[in-house]
Amino acid sequence: MKPIVVLGSGLAGYTLVRELRKLDRDVAITLVSRDSGDFYSKPMLSNALAQGKTADALVITAAAAMARQLDITLLQHTEVLGIDREHKQLQTPAGVIEYERLVLALGADPIRLPLQGDAADAVVSVNDLDDYAKFRGAIVSAKQIAIIGGGLIGCEFANDLAAAGYAVTVIDPTAYPLSGLMPQQAGEQLLEPLAKLGVTWRFGAAVKAVNKDAAGYALTLADDTTLSADVVLSAVGLRPRIQLARNAGLVVNRGIVVDAQLCSSDAAIYALGDCAEIEGRVLPYVLPIMYAARALARVLAGEDARVEFPAMPVVVKTPAHPIAVLPVARDAAGAWKILAQGRGVKLGFFNTQNLLQGFVLTGAYAAERGEMVKQISTD
Amino acid sequence: MQVWQCVVCGFIYDEAAGLPAEGIKPGTAWADIPDNWSCPDCGVAKADFEMVQI
Repeated sequence: MKPIVVLGSGLAGYTLVRELRKLDRDVAITLVSRDSGDFYSKPMLSNALAQGKTADALVITAAAAMARQLDITLLQHTEVLGIDREHKQLQTPAGVIEYERLVLALGADPIRLPLQGDAADAVVSVNDLDDYAKFRGAIVSAKQIAIIGGGLIGCEFANDLAAAGYAVTVIDPTAYPLSGLMPQQAGEQLLEPLAKLGVTWRFGAAVKAVNKDAAGYALTLADDTTLSADVVLSAVGLRPRIQLARNAGLVVNRGIVVDAQLCSSDAAIYALGDCAEIEGRVLPYVLPIMYAARALARVLAGEDARVEFPAMPVVVKTPAHPIAVLPVARDAAGAWKILAQGRGVKLGFFNTQNLLQGFVLTGAYAAERGEMVKQISTD
Repeated sequence: MQVWQCVVCGFIYDEAAGLPAEGIKPGTAWADIPDNWSCPDCGVAKADFEMVQI
């Protein structure tokens, strides 16, 4: 019997294997990783610095121990070049891997803005542990760090770097922090707490070019003003990795299209995590991965399972002013209302039937997340 | 008193501080947290994963 092959050793790949092993101790599983396959907590990449954690210290379980604990065959540093669906084979530089069923847990790539200038390639992204190690090396002698993007990852890095003593500038074309996740009266709560830590905000500003200058880099903004930085970090979002699936002829949209059983347009191929579009939704957060992994494990174990997502709040790890948000769709009908303020804000989104559909809790209110989830109407 | 960390998301549980917002009093040992508790950040159930001592 050919194995179940899992592509990807991130949270999605490893959690799926861990859940599947609880249900089936015998099925052969091969996990293929592009990197070392060490298991680490990705959410910590953007808040490990102030804790003084090196890349090595973020590894929770080394690859060899993962393989032993989960009783899997682990192929490290192996790039999959193509999927031959007819013969159920994967092409790699090291040869062919056969699969019975295939799970794509490929993750997502950082979006790179098209920038002009002779140092555009020096702009860094931190999307995995290797990136983090390089970034830690780059900031050793740095004082000023520019962050392109004031969304969740940009704000978490800003808090982490400023708390570690760096002078941070955040540049974002929108009007306030976290604008993709919440209304202005919530996002702007971050302004002052992070400014006190040493963050300079530049909203309504887009970076046009990055050039080398005497000390480091000079960023030119769209209004032709400039600012200097020793390191430039880009955090403008993620794009699901769909190329391998597309080349194999699977149905893709923003992500690899799968149904509630995490099954793609090929009955032997599944997808979950940041690369997947599950019933029309791309959900690049921890909680959806956990629910999808549990459902897919049951499907692979032969059960008639379907993923059901409960209310899944997102935690923004900005210790200077913690935030928990249950976002609503951009086109959702309803309105945000202020439920409390004074120690941060507490906002609820109510639909046209006046039912609570989403919330933002900032500052002291962030601790009320569990209570708010219970009040959410999923009808 | 010990400090524990969620292996999935990095959430820190400090026994000395507890989680008053979730009704877990300061000084509650990890062993005394109910089995139906789940990580406030990533939702993994207590029984499904290991907090590691740090």
